Amino acid sequence: MSRIAALFLELKKTGKKALIPYVTAGDPNPTVTVDMMHGLVDAGADIIELGVPFSDPMADGPTIQLACERALEHNTSLRDVIAMVSEFRTTNTQTPVVLMGYLNPVEAMGYEAFAQAAQKSGIDGVLMVDMPPEESGNNAKIFADHQLDIIYLIAPTTTDARISEIAKFSSGYVYYVSIKGVTGSAAIDVADVSKNLERIRSRVDIPVGVGFGINNGEAAAAVATVADGVIVGSALVNKIAANASQPEKAISEVQGVLAEMRSAMNANQGS
Amino acid sequence: MSNDKNTQNNQQDLPVLPDANGHFGIYGGRFVSETLSAALDELETLYIKLSKDPAFQQEFDEDLAHYVGRPSPLYFAEQLTKHCGGAKIYLKREDLNHTGAHKVNNTIGQALLAKYSGKKKIIAETGAGQHGVATATVAARLGMECKVFMGSTDIERQKLNVYRMKLLGAEVISVESGTKTLKDAMNDAMRHWVTHVDDTFYILGTAAGPHPYPMLVRDFQSIIGRETIRQCDAQIGRQPDAVIACIGGGSNAIGMFYPYLNMQDVRMIGVEAGGLGLAGDDHAAPLCKGRPGVLHGNRTYLMEDENGQIMGTHSVSAGLDYPGVGPEHSWLKDIGRAEYVAATDDEALAAFRDLTRIEGIMPALESSHAIAHGMKMAKEMSSDQVLVINLSGRGDKDIHTVAGIDGLDV
Ligand SMILES: Cc1ncc(COP(=O)(O)O)c(C=O)c1O
Repeated sequence: MSRIAALFLELKKTGKKALIPYVTAGDPNPTVTVDMMHGLVDAGADIIELGVPFSDPMADGPTIQLACERALEHNTSLRDVIAMVSEFRTTNTQTPVVLMGYLNPVEAMGYEAFAQAAQKSGIDGVLMVDMPPEESGNNAKIFADHQLDIIYLIAPTTTDARISEIAKFSSGYVYYVSIKGVTGSAAIDVADVSKNLERIRSRVDIPVGVGFGINNGEAAAAVATVADGVIVGSALVNKIAANASQPEKAISEVQGVLAEMRSAMNANQGS
Repeated sequence: MSNDKNTQNNQQDLPVLPDANGHFGIYGGRFVSETLSAALDELETLYIKLSKDPAFQQEFDEDLAHYVGRPSPLYFAEQLTKHCGGAKIYLKREDLNHTGAHKVNNTIGQALLAKYSGKKKIIAETGAGQHGVATATVAARLGMECKVFMGSTDIERQKLNVYRMKLLGAEVISVESGTKTLKDAMNDAMRHWVTHVDDTFYILGTAAGPHPYPMLVRDFQSIIGRETIRQCDAQIGRQPDAVIACIGGGSNAIGMFYPYLNMQDVRMIGVEAGGLGLAGDDHAAPLCKGRPGVLHGNRTYLMEDENGQIMGTHSVSAGLDYPGVGPEHSWLKDIGRAEYVAATDDEALAAFRDLTRIEGIMPALESSHAIAHGMKMAKEMSSDQVLVINLSGRGDKDIHTVAGIDGLDV
C-alpha cells in the first residue's frame, strides 16, 4: 500500500482529516526548503505538496507566480527539488510528499528518468496541473510502475461522466478545486463544495482533498467537515513572500497559519 | 474542410488532422488544468456543429467579403522581381484586409462562434496588437464587452495599436508577469478565462493553444491559401514553386499552407524570427532551434532551457516574439512537408525598407521576415519560377519602431 493510502486509512480510524500544505520548492531560496518541510510536519501537516517552480504557471494566481519567480531566481530545477525530498527523507520516512507542478520540466527531464529519480528519493505522488487523464497516456503507466500515485484535479465544471473517467486514472487522492479560478483568488463557499463532493463521492472511491481559497482556521475546519483532506497553499506562500529575506521567520509564520488550521480542524473533529 | 487538389501528384495524401483528441502526430492535444476542460469541450462541439452548417459558412463568407474586403489581391511584384533578378514574386495582400492584417479572418470566425455560444464577453491576448485590434473591432460590431491582455513591453512598442483598441471600446490590460510579452499575455488571458468561464468567450489569436483552437484558427485562416490557389490558376495558369510565410504562433502560415498540403510539388517555407542571430539565445525560432515540450495547452517545439523552463525571446517584431509555435507546424517539420528557416532583425528591417521603396508597400515587421527570405530565395531561382509570399500585414503600426531605430521620434 502506498504511503498516501496508508495515511488516509490511519486517519480514518481516528476520525481525523488530512491537512495538506503546499509550498513552492526553492522559495524564498533552495536552502530553506527542507527546513520548511520539517517545519510543516511539526505544525501538523499530514501530507506535503511540494511545488516544482515553472516559468509559466498558467493555473496559478499572482501569489504562486511570484513564488515561482523567487525560486527560479535561484535556478531551482526539478532535479534540485527531487534532491530536497531525498534530504528530507533522511530524517522523515513517514510524511507523504506529492510533487505538484506543470508538465514541461518533467517532459524535459524525460518521464522514465523522472519517475526513477522520484521513486528513489521517496516521493509518493505527482500532480501535474496540465496533464489531464486524456493526455496522460503512457506517462501514467510509467508513474505507476514506479509506485507514484497520480493525483488528478476535479473542478466545479467537471461533468459527472468525466469524474468517472478521472476516477479510473486516479490513485492516492483526488484534488477538488473548489472554485472556478486560479490559486489564491476568491474565498471558498463550503455549501457549494459540499454539494459537489456528493457528486464526486458517488463516483470516486478514494479520498477527496479540497483546495483553492482556504485561508484560515475557520475555513479549514469547515472544509474538514465534508472533505478527507484540506489543501492550503496561497495563505502559506503569502507568509513566505512577506518574510522572504528572513527565512527563519518565514518558517515560523507559515507554521503559525498551519497550526491554527490544525487546531481548528481538531476542535471540530474531536467531538 | 475540403482539401483542394488542383495538381495531380502520385504521392499519397497526408492524413486529415488533428485526430479526435486534437493531436497532430505527437503534437497538439489539450494540456490544460481541469477547470477549462468543459469549456474546451463545449467550444469543440459548437465548432464541429457550426462548421457543417451552411448558414454559418455563408455568414462567415459574407462577413469576409463585405466587412473584411476579401478576396485579398494576389499581386505580381514586378519591381521587386526585377530588383531580385530571379523568380517571379507574387504577394498575397493580407495587408489590405480591414484592420490591416490576416488576424481579422480568424476573429470574424471566432466572433461568430461567440455569438452562437451565447456568451456575452470577449477576451483576447495580443503581441503586436494586430489580433487585439481585430478582436476589439469585431467586439465593437457585436456590441460585446472586450478585454485584451497585452504584455507591458509590447504596450510600449505598439502604442498606436493600444490606442486603436481603446478607441474601439476595448479595455487593454497590462500584463506585468514573466517576460511581459505575448506568452505572458496568453497566460493571463487563460487565467482570466478560467475565472470567468461561464460568461466569457476567449478569442485566441494564433493557431496554437489547446485543442480545438489550432484546428479552428487554421480553418478560418485557410481562406488565404484557398484564394491563392484560385488566383494562381486564374492569373498565372499554374501553382507556385513555393509559398512563404512568417511564423509567430503560425496562423498566417498555416492559413497559406493548409490548402497546399497535398500539392506536394509546392514547397512550403515558414520564416521564424532570427532576432540577433540563431547562434545565440536572442531570437524566437523554436522550430529552428528549440525542442518539443508542453506549453499553453499543447505539445509543440519550444524555446526552453535544459530544465524545461521557457526562455525569454527576442524579435524586433512583437508579433513573432513567442517561444512556442502552433502544433501543426511541429508536425509538418517532423514529416518534412514544410521547411522552417529564420530571418534576423536586420534582414527583416532591410526587407521592410526594400519593399517600401521598391513597390511602395510598407509591410508589417512580422511580414518583413517572410519578404526577406523570399527575396533571398528568388535571387537563387530562375525567371520561369514563381514564389508567393504571404504579406500578412501592413507596417503602419511599426513606423514608431523603425523611426526609433533611425534615431528619430515621430
Ligand atoms: C502582421 C502579422 N503577421 C504575422 C503575425 C504572427 O502571427 P501568426 O504566426 O499567428 O501569423 C502577427 C502577429 O501579431 C502579425 O500581426
